[in-house]
Amino acid sequence: MIKRKVVLRFPASVVEYPFIYTLAKEYNVVANILKANINPRKEGRMVVELSADDKDFDAAMDFLQSRGVIVLPLEQQVNWLEDRCTQCGACTVICPTEALWMKRPEMTVSFNGEKCVVCEHCLKACPARAVEALYLSGE
Amino acid sequence: MQLRSYAEINEKISKGQVVVVTAEEVLGLVEEHGVEETARRVDVVTTGTFGPMCSSGAFLNLGHPAPRMKMARVYLNGVNAYAGLAAVDVFLGATEIPAADPANQNFPGAFNYGGAHVIEDLVAGREVLLEATAYPTDCYPRQKLETWIKLDEINEAYLYNPRNCYQNYNVAVNLSDRTIYTYMGILKANLGNANYCSAGQLSPLLKDPYYRVTGIGTRLFLGGGTGYVAWYGTQHNPAAARGENGVPRMGAGTLALIGDLKQMKAKWLRGVSYLGYGVSLQVGVGVPIPVLDVETLRYAAVRDEEIFAQVVDYSEAYPQRIAGSLGEVSYAELKSGTIVIQGREVPTAPLSSYPKAKEIAEILKSWILRGEFTLTEPVSKLPSADSGIKLNPLKVQK
Ligand code: SF4
Ligand code: SF4
Repeated sequence: MIKRKVVLRFPASVVEYPFIYTLAKEYNVVANILKANINPRKEGRMVVELSADDKDFDAAMDFLQSRGVIVLPLEQQVNWLEDRCTQCGACTVICPTEALWMKRPEMTVSFNGEKCVVCEHCLKACPARAVEALYLSGE
Repeated sequence: MQLRSYAEINEKISKGQVVVVTAEEVLGLVEEHGVEETARRVDVVTTGTFGPMCSSGAFLNLGHPAPRMKMARVYLNGVNAYAGLAAVDVFLGATEIPAADPANQNFPGAFNYGGAHVIEDLVAGREVLLEATAYPTDCYPRQKLETWIKLDEINEAYLYNPRNCYQNYNVAVNLSDRTIYTYMGILKANLGNANYCSAGQLSPLLKDPYYRVTGIGTRLFLGGGTGYVAWYGTQHNPAAARGENGVPRMGAGTLALIGDLKQMKAKWLRGVSYLGYGVSLQVGVGVPIPVLDVETLRYAAVRDEEIFAQVVDYSEAYPQRIAGSLGEVSYAELKSGTIVIQGREVPTAPLSSYPKAKEIAEILKSWILRGEFTLTEPVSKLPSADSGIKLNPLKVQK
C-alpha cells in the first residue's frame, strides 16, 4: 500500500479530462484532493494524496505521465513563519492533526511539518498571518 | 503596615539595589518563603500581557503641506483616519478597515489589512501612503494631497488606547451546530473548542485586583516603549463579581493607556486579522507592581488555580445579550489544554500569548534593574469595587 502526497500539473490541453475519475475506476487509486486550481483551457494544478496498492500506483503514474500530466513529489506544503507567530495559540484548536501544537505548561506554539496534511485551515485562522502555503515540488 | 514607599523603591533603583521578580517568579518565592517574607525581600513584581485589544488607536499630527490644508478626509494606506480635529490632526483606529474591503460580504471575510496594520507599518518604519481631501478656506487653501509619510518624519504620534488590559475575560464557546467567527476567534460547532483571552497569573490587573497600586499616571511598558495609564478604560466595571481572594470572576476593570508611538516596536504592536470578524491590534503591556505592603504582595501572588473565568456561548447568549454562564473554569484548567463543559471535554486556545506576556514581564524587570525605568505613584486612583460604577447596557428606544 502506498500513500503519497503529490502535486499534479495539468497542461492546458488535457485539463478537462476526468483524471480523478479514471484513477479511481481504472487504477483503484483513491485520490484525496487537498487543493485544486483548475480552470478551463488553462494549466491546472492540484495537490492530492494518492493511496493505492504498489502495482496500481505505478501503473497510475505511467498513465498520468503518458497523458502529459507532470507528477511532482510534495516536499513541504505549509510554512510556519516563526518570526511572525505571536504565540497566540488560535491555530492549535483549528489544526486537525496537531501539526500546529502547543507545548504545555510553557504555552509555546510550534509546527511539526510531518503531521501537516495541507488542509490549509490554519492559513486564515492565524490572526498574525504567520502560516503560508508553499508548494516545493521541484517546480 | 507599609514596607516601603515609591521614593524608597526609586532610590534603590538608582543605586542598583532593587529586587525585582516577574509575576510568575513570585509564585515560587511565595511557595518557598511565604507571603510575608517574600514581601520583605521583593520591591517590585512585573506583570505582562500580549493580546488583541480592539479599543486601540493612534493620534497623529501629519504636519502642514504647502499650501496649508484643513484635512477633512484622510486615508492612510487606504484606511480612513478620523480627521474631525484640528487641521492636520487625525485619530487612526485599530479596527478601521479600508473603504474598499468587502468586509463580510464574502463570508467569512479575511480582513487582511486595517488600522492596526497601518500602526504596525508605521512603527516598523515603513512608508505609508497619505491621501487627503479638504474644503478650501482662506487660511487653508489646499484641497487635495497625496504623499508618502514615515513615522519619524511626522510630528507627534502617540498611541491612545481607550480600553486595554481587560481584568479577566470570557471563555468563548459555540453551542450551535455551525462554525461561528468571532472576536474570540473561530469557534467550532457543538463545543468544538473554547477560546479564552488573558495571561492569567501574569496579567496586570489580575495581580492588583482592587487597583491599589495601579492608577492614573502609572508608568508602564506599552508596545515596547514606555507609556502611562491615562484614565480608567471604557467599560471599566469594578463592581463585577469577585472571588474571596478579590479577583474578578469575569471581565471587570480596564485601562486607558497612552504612550509615544515613536518609541514603540512592531514586535509588540501587531496588526491581526480575525476571520469573519475584523481587524485588531495585538498590544504588549507590562505593569510594575510596587510591593508597598504585605497585602500588595498577597494579591500579586495569586495563581492560575485561583483565577476563574465564565464560559459563555457566543452563538446565542453573547450576541443576544442573554445573561448567564455555562460554568466557571480556572486558568490552570484552561492552560491544561482541555476543560469540561456540559460533561464534554473541550480543547482550549488562549489568543493572548503566555510566553510573550512572560517576555514582557522580563523586559520590564530588566529595565528596572538597569535603572532605566522608575516607578510612578498614581496621581489619582481608579474607581474600585466600592465606587458604585456599573456597566450600563444601551436602551434601544424610539
Ligand atoms: S495546513 Fe492543516 S494540517 Fe497543516 S498545519 Fe495547517 S491546519 Fe494543520
Ligand atoms: S494562530 Fe498564528 S500567530 Fe497564533 S500561534 Fe498559530 S501560527 Fe502563531
